[in-house]
Amino acid sequence: MSSETKQILTTDGIPLEISLKKAERKNKIKAFLLVAPLLLFLIITYIFPIGEMFTRSIDDKMITNMLPKTFKSMETWDGKELPPEEVFASFLSDFKILVDKKEHGKLAQRLNKEKNGFNTITKKLFRLVKRNKIDETQSIKEQIMKVHKRWRNVEYWQAIKRTAPPYTSAKYLKAMDMYLNEDNKITQVSEDRRIHRILWLRTVEVAFFVTVFCFLMGYPIAHLLATLPMKYSNLLMICVLLPFWTSLLVRTASWMILLQQQGVVNDFFVMIGLVADDNRPEMMYNKVGTYVAMTQILLPFMVLPLYSVMKTISPSLMRAGKSLGGTPFVAFWKVYFPLTIPGIGAGCLLVFILAIGYYITPALVGGASGTLISNQIAYHMKTTLDWSFASAMGLMLLGGVLVIYWLYNKLVGVDNIKLG
Amino acid sequence: MALPKYTETRYRIWHYFYIAICTFVFIFLIAPLFVIFPLSFNAEEFLVFSEGMKNLDPDAFSLRWYKDMVYGTKNPWGLAAKNSFIIAIFATLGSVILGTVAALGLSSRHMPFKGIIMATLISPMIVPLIISGVAIFFFMAKAGLAATHTGIVLAHIILGTPFVVITVTATLSGFDHSVTRAAASLGSNPVNTFMKVTLPLILPGVISGGLFAFVTSFDEVVVVLFLAGLENTTIPIQMWTGLREQLSPTILAVATCLIVLSTLILISAELLRRRSERLRGINR
Repeated sequence: MSSETKQILTTDGIPLEISLKKAERKNKIKAFLLVAPLLLFLIITYIFPIGEMFTRSIDDKMITNMLPKTFKSMETWDGKELPPEEVFASFLSDFKILVDKKEHGKLAQRLNKEKNGFNTITKKLFRLVKRNKIDETQSIKEQIMKVHKRWRNVEYWQAIKRTAPPYTSAKYLKAMDMYLNEDNKITQVSEDRRIHRILWLRTVEVAFFVTVFCFLMGYPIAHLLATLPMKYSNLLMICVLLPFWTSLLVRTASWMILLQQQGVVNDFFVMIGLVADDNRPEMMYNKVGTYVAMTQILLPFMVLPLYSVMKTISPSLMRAGKSLGGTPFVAFWKVYFPLTIPGIGAGCLLVFILAIGYYITPALVGGASGTLISNQIAYHMKTTLDWSFASAMGLMLLGGVLVIYWLYNKLVGVDNIKLG
Repeated sequence: MALPKYTETRYRIWHYFYIAICTFVFIFLIAPLFVIFPLSFNAEEFLVFSEGMKNLDPDAFSLRWYKDMVYGTKNPWGLAAKNSFIIAIFATLGSVILGTVAALGLSSRHMPFKGIIMATLISPMIVPLIISGVAIFFFMAKAGLAATHTGIVLAHIILGTPFVVITVTATLSGFDHSVTRAAASLGSNPVNTFMKVTLPLILPGVISGGLFAFVTSFDEVVVVLFLAGLENTTIPIQMWTGLREQLSPTILAVATCLIVLSTLILISAELLRRRSERLRGINR
């Protein structure tokens, strides 16, 4: 370093570089402070609770806290033959505490979920403990084994051991119609009880086809809107924007009226002779209703991004394509279509993300075969109150959406979302 | 869209086919909204066009269901409308204030971690509503805010801010920052600069973001279904219960009112958008 390069000083004698850095840092803090209130608010009320959904979905601490001594003494037990005296003794002492707290019922319920048959034998043990019939000076193992033959069965003790970890993946497996069997292997539930996988598949299927329908219907009108002169396109734009701004429930209600058996659509079909008056097809409370209503509701989300991309394509490009000898079809396919791909990506992913989490419309017009995974989540939140299961399914859905969102971000960029 | 005279027949056919498809799609989009209109004036209880209505017989039409909506006994719509408006107005105010301030920070070129923060701020818009509903319910239940107006307002602020953030950031992207520097060099403090210079210029974006937030709150049913108690019922909740139990013409009267409201909102949003484009110097 030659001493010739003199540092540039500001008027207060501080080197310019340091002074600039300081100002930069000040600006950074200022900008961050502006964002901070909203960021903090969202983290507390929204991001954390989503995290809480995760802990809730894997939480299995209840039983871990109920039988602390039992699980401690089980650590040395190999789980092949009946556990030693020590395990029985600590199980009894844990059980006595639970009886005092009147929580033995909860234990029986939880254990019964792990293996059928625990309810009866826990009740029998409870009666004995209640009447103080167990002599602590004798072998506790012998006495418990006498209560019921199942207490002599090693499988039941293995089942207790399986509940030891404070965390469980059971809810996630249940959402995929699977469970952990006795040997800790992932097994499928019997065929007649596989309900969730159908729902997942149906959700993806509905979202996929709604996206396809939206694309097929949205592309031509976005093209028309982008190529018509301003004064006509503004008028037609209302047809896209009015549904966009109208309440979702209003639009669902109007589809319920249109699609019912005595509804306008059926009237029209009868009028043009497509169907007989006494043989009107059922168009609601099935997948047809879901598809039609969801396509109409989500169509604006396809048209708007497509339109904003098509608007920027100069018409002279198509003319150039044609003048170079392409037929209108070739010019469209080779010139126009590739330029609209960013809009197609944006529209499709937006519609798909919205459709995959749809709840209200399928619940109203879908009937039984229109139930999607979101309806199942709501059902477990509100009716069965199995919140951890609802959380698990919600997070699986969220995982899928985040993957799509990440793709969207890669392809289009989040900042490019346009509204109206 | 007139075709040039030399167009070949097959392209002519294709063109008319294309126009036909577009017409069909536009009808598909807009017609459902217009079905509700005449049916809400039905004199009878059925949700089909009666013979009288098809013949335009004046006796087949009546304001019966509108009267029922306003004066009906044991009628939930009054309370629901009041709640909906109160909740939507406060939620809009909250979203606009938090969202605009955050957008100002995000648009600054000094903002650190811009990408991840932006993604976090607009995540409530991307995450499916049912999941947001579950998460927000867990929070509100813990905070003791379930089944209160405050809880629902906070929930709707969460759902509404992304729209404000997006519209205001978009407005600010065309914003000439030299005007704020000019104000500062003339001795104005930052708050004063914001109120007198920045805000009037970005106002169209702020208001249109606010409109989005208002509609989001006014129309929101999934999260409210988890949070609302009997006294917090809103118009969407009443419509949801009504549609599940039975479609009554009163619901159609309410729906007609909502369509009128959304038309008004659409008109104001469009006017604002045009004004904003004019201010930003975008001429199309």
